[in-house]
Amino acid sequence: MEEVEVTQTAPAGVLPAKQTAGFSFFANWRSTLEVIVMPVAAVIVALILFGIFCLLQKVNPIGVYQAIYKAAFGSWYSFQNTLIRAAPLMLAALCTALPARMGLIVIGNEGALVIGGVGATAVGLAVQAMQQNPAPMLVLASMALAGMFFGGLWIMAVGALRYFRGVNETICSLLMNYIAIAILNHLVNGPMKDPSSLNKPSSFPISDDNMMQCIGSSSVHWGLVYGIVACVIAWILIEHTTFGFKVRTIGGNIRAARIAGISVGKLTLITCFLAGASAGVAGMVEVAAVHGRANESLNAFYGYSSILVAFVARQNALATIFVATLFGGILASGGILQRSFHLPDATIMVFQGLVFLVILFSDSLYGKIGIFRERKG
Amino acid sequence: MKKSLNILAIAVAAFTAATAFADDITFGFIYVGPKDDYGYNQAHAEGAAGVAKLPGIKMVEEASVPETTAVQETMRNMIVQDGATALFPTSFGYFDPHILKVAKQFPKIQFFHCGGLYTEGKHPANVGSYFGYIDEAEYVAGIVAGYSTKSNKLGFIAAKPIPQVLRNINSYTLGVRSVNPKATVQVIFTGDWSVPVKEAESATSLIDQGVDVLTCHVDSPKVVLETAERRGIFVTGYHANGSALAPKGYLTGAEWDWTSVYSNYAKLVQAGKTLMAGGIPHLVRGGLKDGFVKVSPYGAAVSDEAKKAADAVKAKFMDGSFVIYKGEVKDNTGKVVIPAGKELKQQDIELEKMDYLVEGVIGSTKS
Repeated sequence: MEEVEVTQTAPAGVLPAKQTAGFSFFANWRSTLEVIVMPVAAVIVALILFGIFCLLQKVNPIGVYQAIYKAAFGSWYSFQNTLIRAAPLMLAALCTALPARMGLIVIGNEGALVIGGVGATAVGLAVQAMQQNPAPMLVLASMALAGMFFGGLWIMAVGALRYFRGVNETICSLLMNYIAIAILNHLVNGPMKDPSSLNKPSSFPISDDNMMQCIGSSSVHWGLVYGIVACVIAWILIEHTTFGFKVRTIGGNIRAARIAGISVGKLTLITCFLAGASAGVAGMVEVAAVHGRANESLNAFYGYSSILVAFVARQNALATIFVATLFGGILASGGILQRSFHLPDATIMVFQGLVFLVILFSDSLYGKIGIFRERKG
Repeated sequence: MKKSLNILAIAVAAFTAATAFADDITFGFIYVGPKDDYGYNQAHAEGAAGVAKLPGIKMVEEASVPETTAVQETMRNMIVQDGATALFPTSFGYFDPHILKVAKQFPKIQFFHCGGLYTEGKHPANVGSYFGYIDEAEYVAGIVAGYSTKSNKLGFIAAKPIPQVLRNINSYTLGVRSVNPKATVQVIFTGDWSVPVKEAESATSLIDQGVDVLTCHVDSPKVVLETAERRGIFVTGYHANGSALAPKGYLTGAEWDWTSVYSNYAKLVQAGKTLMAGGIPHLVRGGLKDGFVKVSPYGAAVSDEAKKAADAVKAKFMDGSFVIYKGEVKDNTGKVVIPAGKELKQQDIELEKMDYLVEGVIGSTKS
């Protein structure tokens, strides 16, 4: 296939110069500090702006902050709620974070999650049907692999369209979300439909024995571990392997990467596959730990929230774990604002949007504040 | 910092103690969308607001809660933090697995779910369901629509070809054709419960084809009502009274009356009755007669003739003598679906598996 000349530019939040900082913490302490201080400062500014919003709603902002903290991190009970929400966000966020390192803005997280979830359900049901009493581990493992496979192919298609045909990956992956949801609806209304699911068309169920369990005595399911493991692997892959180095080089300067003999096409496809695979596992976890079957509830906007997570984490896989936990907490506290403060249900979205905007804006300030500039010599 | 947190904790404790003093029963209501959607969620929120006015009842509510672990969390929070003892998670998709899971964890809390999915022996004893035969109100609205159309072309914008929706389309069409046998109802399925853009496009294209009365079964009829009004055609509403959105074209509509349903539950709960002890039935259903649903007040454009015909049928519903589905009924491919002489009453289980569109509907259940 003929290769289309593409000029990939690094997105906001991916400054190649910064990525080399790595472990040299003390040598480059100023820029390391910058990476930590900037997002924290951005969140504080967002909190102040949100406080003004609360005042306009005639609610005491300090009380609201305390309530958000209490509902998200204040006790083990509420922290579990936060972690449950964080798990799919971590997995799905990698779908944006990984390709971003090579200069691709992929926002097909929702679609990959849905396709991964449906694929995992289909394979899980097939395993259940083939064996009398399959070991739950076997069912879950095959579901996870299927989620990775189908989600991976989905985003790999985006990468292929980008690389071979020069199709804008952002628009393409966004539109493919709608195709994914249409495929889900078609499958649960047709070939995969359980006839007893009359008014909410769904697939046949994964039996209770084969569902993903909670960790110990907590109410947090094992999806959280999947998320943390995936983020750590992704971080090592990008920051500490030649593969990751090549990916970052492409993100820095695609022409230079080509001249250096890096196979841009192959890496684009592999990175996109890994990105989609990760979101696909998020879909698998939703099915295996929560819903037990595929239906329209899979399309629950985790994919879209996770785009914000990836950007706030500045596309760093390790930071994704913490940012996803923070966002999980923000989402988990949405209820208390409605129930205790009688704020509108969109309030938490206002807060989330403010955080996102301020973080994006703060990106433009990197390297412009004197105190964080490395001194020469 | 620690000190201020302690003070906060004490303040919170004092606050909860103060509110718990009054021996109120706390009801928790959960909606899948916003409370002001002019539709499904607004209807429930109005019902909840009605219950909150009753003495001795405290109400907490949460809107825009998705059908994920989020709703399990909201239910647990309402029980643990707000002390709710009866929950009304109103979205159909909350039931399995979310309500079932949380209900097992809190066997003393009562869960009332809108949708009529409860199965004896299969589901926990502290779970009940309720649902209304809103297709009765659709039938009455259909009569008004049948009189009001001039082009004899009506339009129905629907979410998904599932039994609940098909039953509304069919009852509406049977109502239309009971007074206007020449009329047809063109149906468009948008594929999802809330896709405002597709709903607007469907409305526009139906109106362009000559449809002069529109109606819908989607989560929020807002877009359909507004589009109809802007294009100067008639419309009948769904879920809640939409006359404010289409003051000229609003003929009537099929509405839920959750205030009456929830007030009944409140009375039972206040009297100390429970689902577990059998004091409250696990499955509650009703139509116009039982106050589950109602017909919107007629708009200015409705003729006296139409009002008279609609009121006559409504009266029969009220005394329980009217049957919508009586043979012979054919589907729109010509197949007989209910043979002559056979009557299917509202509570007939066969109606809940409906998978056809009756004669007079233009469209197909294949999405």
